[in-house]
Amino acid sequence: MDILLQQLINGLVLGSMYALVALGYTMVYGIINLINFAHGEVLMVGALTSWAIIVGMQEAMPGMPGWLMLVVSLVISCVVASALNFAIEKIAYRPLRNSPKLAPLITAIGMSILLQTLAMIIFKPNYKPYPTLLPPAPILIGGAVITSTQIMILGLTAVSLAVLMYLVNYTKLGRAMRATAENPRVAALMGVKPDTVISATFVIGAVLATIAGVMYASNYGSVQHTMGFLPGLKAFTAAVFGGIGNLAGAVVGGILLGLIESFGSGYIGALTGGVLGSHYSDIFAFIVLIIILTLRPSGLLGERVADRA
Amino acid sequence: MNGFIERQNKYVVYVLAALALAILPLLLQAAGNFWVRIADIALLYVLLALGLNIVVGYAGLLDLGYVAFFAIGAYMYALMASPHLSDTFQWFQQTFPNGLHTSIWLVVPLGAALAGFFGILLGAPTLKLRGDYLAIVTLGFGEIIRVFLNNLDHPVNITNGPKGMGQIDSIRIFGLNLGKRLDIGDYSINAVTFYYYLFLILVVLSVVICHRLELSRIGRAWMAIREDEIAAKAMGINTRNMKLLAFGMGATFGGVSGAMFAAFQGFVSPESFSLNESVMIVAMVVLGGIGHLPGVILGAVLLASLPEVLRWVSGYFDLQAMTGGRLDASILRQMLIALAMIVVMLMRPRGLWPTPEHGKSLRQNGGK
Repeated sequence: MDILLQQLINGLVLGSMYALVALGYTMVYGIINLINFAHGEVLMVGALTSWAIIVGMQEAMPGMPGWLMLVVSLVISCVVASALNFAIEKIAYRPLRNSPKLAPLITAIGMSILLQTLAMIIFKPNYKPYPTLLPPAPILIGGAVITSTQIMILGLTAVSLAVLMYLVNYTKLGRAMRATAENPRVAALMGVKPDTVISATFVIGAVLATIAGVMYASNYGSVQHTMGFLPGLKAFTAAVFGGIGNLAGAVVGGILLGLIESFGSGYIGALTGGVLGSHYSDIFAFIVLIIILTLRPSGLLGERVADRA
Repeated sequence: MNGFIERQNKYVVYVLAALALAILPLLLQAAGNFWVRIADIALLYVLLALGLNIVVGYAGLLDLGYVAFFAIGAYMYALMASPHLSDTFQWFQQTFPNGLHTSIWLVVPLGAALAGFFGILLGAPTLKLRGDYLAIVTLGFGEIIRVFLNNLDHPVNITNGPKGMGQIDSIRIFGLNLGKRLDIGDYSINAVTFYYYLFLILVVLSVVICHRLELSRIGRAWMAIREDEIAAKAMGINTRNMKLLAFGMGATFGGVSGAMFAAFQGFVSPESFSLNESVMIVAMVVLGGIGHLPGVILGAVLLASLPEVLRWVSGYFDLQAMTGGRLDASILRQMLIALAMIVVMLMRPRGLWPTPEHGKSLRQNGGK
């Protein structure tokens, strides 16, 4: 029973990180129909920036409380990552808005490799320990262990989601975003500036990715220039899983994916009598994805996108 | 008359190109095996890019897991032409005391067939999907294959896991061992040069096949599906079979090049078949000019040889010392490839050498 609860907690923590990154993918996809392959790298840049700031602060102001450092670094790295994502969209995607569909995909892949190499040059390729800033003592709930970092992750995810939902559903910007996603040309006729909306979407996506990146770093305790790749891939899978272009779908997809992975790697050994071990955990995401898409080609909560290739 | 001269010019160009390609390795060989190796690798990538071009370029199905077929071909050859199976399994050694040194005439068709089978296996559940959904599923398929290659060393050791398989036989054709240097009098032809000719023959063969496919009913059907699937279906094209055929044919090329790769390297490990490779092959096709054979070949040659040449350049100038260890050859290579991908796409979104015909069916066509 306690193992079950433990896997549930781990799955939720993992899932909330996927969900936050998946939201960035799904928003961009919903509006400009682009798989933003560089999104995972935005997460990486956010995490590395926050690491650099924290290390700097620990040297300059050793007396500062951990949670304050975390907040300060989170705010600054959100700004950095947003600026970066804003610039990426302007340089690499905007000029290709009316080009053949594969062209922006290739620039996105190029951007992703470029960001990785730049990060490697700036931060050196080794793994860097991410300091534990919250009290490390584990808290026991009914036989399962939860750390204060994990509680922070769950709380931060809930807050981010609430803010995002408010933003999208009740503000002028949110209405403009939904209108542009529906039909950019008509939205423009109604006085919405699609370019501004798209830029705003990239900024919001970067903020969410950075929050996820900082969570990821605090949860696993290390940062590196390749750390964005796998979460990015999983988050994209989550977005497709939930129905790409659908915000609630991204959240549901992310959390489900986290749970599947956590339970899968927790129980696969026992289920197969030790033949398959937990190192197969990375493929659960893809197997689930293939099954779901075979049964429901538009994802769990997706609308039937009639025939847009 | 005009046409006659043009046709004659065309043949002159062909003959000259053939001569140049035939002499190239002998010239490169004089400069060092390193350069011939670059040419070999470039040819292998051309083969892969041609295969992917069938799937992405002709049929318009974005496949991000193409490297899986490359891996299947390579591992199949490695299993059949290395001592791995005899070393691992007692019963196998008893049945084949000298190991399975399979002939290339068996391996190539088998590799092609196996990869083709997997291609169809991948294609079947994804038929309803299109565009980006398809991209992510194929990507997942590639990763699944890679994870399995990486982990199938336990409990039964089939792939030897991350350590990879070595001691793979080189290719023998009609008693000629391509892995050994051949001395003809004073003149010697290196192993890499033999492989160059083998790969060149395969590439030429593939170009002919692709060209014929492009002009055939099948090719037309693929392009119709690419431009507008619903319309294609309405015109009586069996889109399901055609898509499966595209996946199968594309995968076949991947399988053959995989077998060649294993024989050429003498070693395979899961590392060679990462998602990055898939992405690189897609980039070759798109960068060169999707759906256009000369463009695809150009893209493959450029992207495959550029990194190797850069490796040489950065070794020559000793970048590491110049930048205090921050910038070395491999980082520079990656950075320049990424920049090339971005810049080329921004300047020429249709690729470096785009097809004049792409999308023609959507425009008004007066019949001339």
